[in-house]
Amino acid sequence: MENEEQDVLIQFQLGSMEAFETLFRMHQRAVYGWILRIVRNAAAAEDVTVETFWRIHKAHARFEPRRGFAPWARRIASHAALDWLRAELPARETDSEMMVEDLAAPAAADAAVTAEIRAKTALAFGRLPPKLRIAATLAVVEELPAREVADALGISIAAVKVRVFRALRLLRKDLQGQGMRP
Amino acid sequence: MNAEEQERMTRLLKAALPPVGNDEPGRDVWPAVLKRMDGQAAVPWFDWALLAGLLGLTALAPASIPVLLYYL
Repeated sequence: MENEEQDVLIQFQLGSMEAFETLFRMHQRAVYGWILRIVRNAAAAEDVTVETFWRIHKAHARFEPRRGFAPWARRIASHAALDWLRAELPARETDSEMMVEDLAAPAAADAAVTAEIRAKTALAFGRLPPKLRIAATLAVVEELPAREVADALGISIAAVKVRVFRALRLLRKDLQGQGMRP
Repeated sequence: MNAEEQERMTRLLKAALPPVGNDEPGRDVWPAVLKRMDGQAAVPWFDWALLAGLLGLTALAPASIPVLLYYL
């Protein structure tokens, strides 16, 4: 079984379309789920998944089978999602209400936090620089281990912690600017 | 920002944006991947225009061939 998988990975590296489709079928759900966690929008997650597998195919010759497909795909997916966040940010700034609808939790999420506070937090979060936003989404919202986030983003664990801290600090500042005292 | 404020912001963020968890695409995206790859294989129109221009130049002025070869 392991030999079969290894063979598929080697065939993919050599440019086999059949091996690529096999890997796509095996990993598409995990890749989509990862992207969805970052972009938090189902339609966008599908588009970014397509972009990710296209990038994966384009980079097949650089793939190292001994390192495994999933971590490599996750890193490419993270970069594709980051590019999407960067492209989406200016458009979102002109339509803050839409951003709140997409990002904010349903009313029942936490009784102690009012809908208004949730909406303001979501708005402020959408305004964070994409690099900080992606780190905070994965490490704080999704509660993933810092090592996993670091691997996916291609940065050190210390850098993840710094980005999360900066994200929270900026978020606090933005909320204060909106008249809140977080 | 001290540890307490950091903890408060973390709680607020989690309340505003709950985890989405693992889901799967609503449609089969494989055809879209293939379409994207087809787009990659297509030669852009300006490459064809450049090639046509170079062929035209060599037809009208064959003396330019060594110059073009020099810059290749």
